[in-house]
Amino acid sequence: MSSNPSSNNKAVDYSQVPDARGHFGPYGGRFVSETLIYALDELEALYRKLKDDPEFQAQFDYDLAQYVGRPSPLYFAERWTKETGGAQLYLKREDLNHTGAHKINNTIGQALLAKHTGKKRIIAETGAGQHGVATATVAARLGLECHVFMGEEDIHRQSLNVYRMKLLGAEVIPVTSGSKTLKDAMNEAMRDWVTNVDNTFYIIGTCAGPHPYPELVRDFQSVIGREARRQSLAQVGKLPDALVACVGGGSNAIGLFHPFLEDESVAMYGVEAGGYGLETGKHAAPLNDGIPGVLHGNRTYLMEDENGQIIETHSISAGLDYPGVGPEHSWLKDIGRVNYVAINDDEAMAAFRNLTKVEGIMPALESSHAVAYAEKLAREMDPDQMIIVNLSGRGDKDILTVAEIDGITV
Amino acid sequence: MSRIKQRFESLRQQGRKALVSYVVMGDPAKDVTLPVMHALVASGTDIIELGIPFSDPNAEGPVIQKAHERALAHGSSLRDALAQVKQFRETDSDTPVLLMGYTNPIERMGYDSFIEKAVDAGVDAVLTVDLPPEEAEEFSEHLKQANMENIFLLAPTSSPSRQKKVTDMAGGFIYYVSLKGVTGAGNLDVNSVNENVTSIRSLTDLPVCVGFGIKDGASARAVADLSDGVVVGSVLVNQIAALAEQGETNPAIYAAAVSVIIAEIREALDK
Repeated sequence: MSSNPSSNNKAVDYSQVPDARGHFGPYGGRFVSETLIYALDELEALYRKLKDDPEFQAQFDYDLAQYVGRPSPLYFAERWTKETGGAQLYLKREDLNHTGAHKINNTIGQALLAKHTGKKRIIAETGAGQHGVATATVAARLGLECHVFMGEEDIHRQSLNVYRMKLLGAEVIPVTSGSKTLKDAMNEAMRDWVTNVDNTFYIIGTCAGPHPYPELVRDFQSVIGREARRQSLAQVGKLPDALVACVGGGSNAIGLFHPFLEDESVAMYGVEAGGYGLETGKHAAPLNDGIPGVLHGNRTYLMEDENGQIIETHSISAGLDYPGVGPEHSWLKDIGRVNYVAINDDEAMAAFRNLTKVEGIMPALESSHAVAYAEKLAREMDPDQMIIVNLSGRGDKDILTVAEIDGITV
Repeated sequence: MSRIKQRFESLRQQGRKALVSYVVMGDPAKDVTLPVMHALVASGTDIIELGIPFSDPNAEGPVIQKAHERALAHGSSLRDALAQVKQFRETDSDTPVLLMGYTNPIERMGYDSFIEKAVDAGVDAVLTVDLPPEEAEEFSEHLKQANMENIFLLAPTSSPSRQKKVTDMAGGFIYYVSLKGVTGAGNLDVNSVNENVTSIRSLTDLPVCVGFGIKDGASARAVADLSDGVVVGSVLVNQIAALAEQGETNPAIYAAAVSVIIAEIREALDK
């Protein structure tokens, strides 16, 4: 097992980030055009007011329990552990949430905020479609108009989710600019928001974007880590030795990690998409192979060329196919609290097949990256040690992608 | 006195309004930009605003987005924009040139390196769309030391306190965005422009130019009456796009086409 990197940052007070202007160390902030400043100020003021409001929290907790089906189980994957050899592997079953992924935790929270603003129109960007589905779902429940921006490339890769969104009453708007993936969908959503800022609430799906989004997405997703911590103590009688989660924008990872940051004995691993391999440059792993820059309203690690142009990323998983990452992850990398590693397409595919076969649990291709890394990590650890893997979503949406790789037409 | 101050001072003395013209560096080819810049000046432009190509120009509407894509397709970059301004200065030492772009290409070059090259090229001012005052302190300090102006946007959604914060840091002129939306968007609300420009003027002595949504002589005239000048972009870029789509490669044709548009707007402004 790798040495615990947290031991040299005892002085860090994690409750003090971000600062008042949304900075996580040098990262985060608010890099947007002037028109949006007002809307962000308004959102921040609303969030500050509601964050500690017992009524708001009670409504959020109620929705998570009654609508999402929380708490999600912390499942001991006994057969997977045995087959892998090494540390005990537990899965935090976010795949069992309503709509099949962790994304709903955040959309429930942001939709409650939207309700308080009185805005009747919701927009969102989506990559794999899970955030789009989760947004369309809460919009349907609250009777709000919903428009989801999605790259043309992703619409092709994730046709099932596109249809789900349509059934839920959302309009899916194909984005044909740039690389036609998540980053371009986010650009288009920001353009829409600038234009319709008076009547529109933008539900960002990951812990990136301009302040206060990284903070509020983290807070809404932290239910994952709070539950996992409590469940670990109750079911196993101790804290886990390691946490593993995939990182695209990084919302499921920050949600799992954040409540454990002060637990110095808990090592953390964020798993980026290694695509065809870090050495090929065709991947989506800015924390492993990028440099800090400014995109989508925040400063963070990015994949870019020598002229500062954002480059096209590659991952088999649409949800990880993003050239940036949430700013808090950039900071956690720099201070050494979290290790950021990468898993290639092939390794993720193998993990997808393996977990499906040995546990009867089909992970999303995004989550498969975490599953693959956890197998490597477990083998380096002792059998009395314990790893929690965030199974951030279910793999049903990826069946067509997997079938295509197998040369099968479903 | 800076070129921008000089220009507004002489316009004021002549009782004329400023015409700021925007094109994207390298759209649709690198050799088109210099002849176009000179043609913009010859047909009546007072200040040139040169767009720095960026992969993710998320404040732009479809017209200017495509201009960025055309420029990036053959690798135009911030370096080329700086080189182009330097060349422009060989025969035009009077017309102010403002670089407009996004933060990341400038940060990638590094503030120090960028400023050094920009000063050497003869750039007068910079407008970074996604660098509001809260994040611009360091960059502003760099610009100030080099006697370059930092141009900021104000929007219909900017509160009076916000207007104050922005005007306190701004130099050159205030770029008032006439509508909620991206570049090239719809309808101009003259009453709202009037109200906001009046409010901004009560806070600063800087000239106020109005952009976004100005399509022709008539719309230019309407907002110029309320302000110190207008910014036109999408209408020029649209014309460049039309020629590019026809496969036009002769830079002189592009220069002639933008001249026609600017001449019409100039005439309306001077009436």
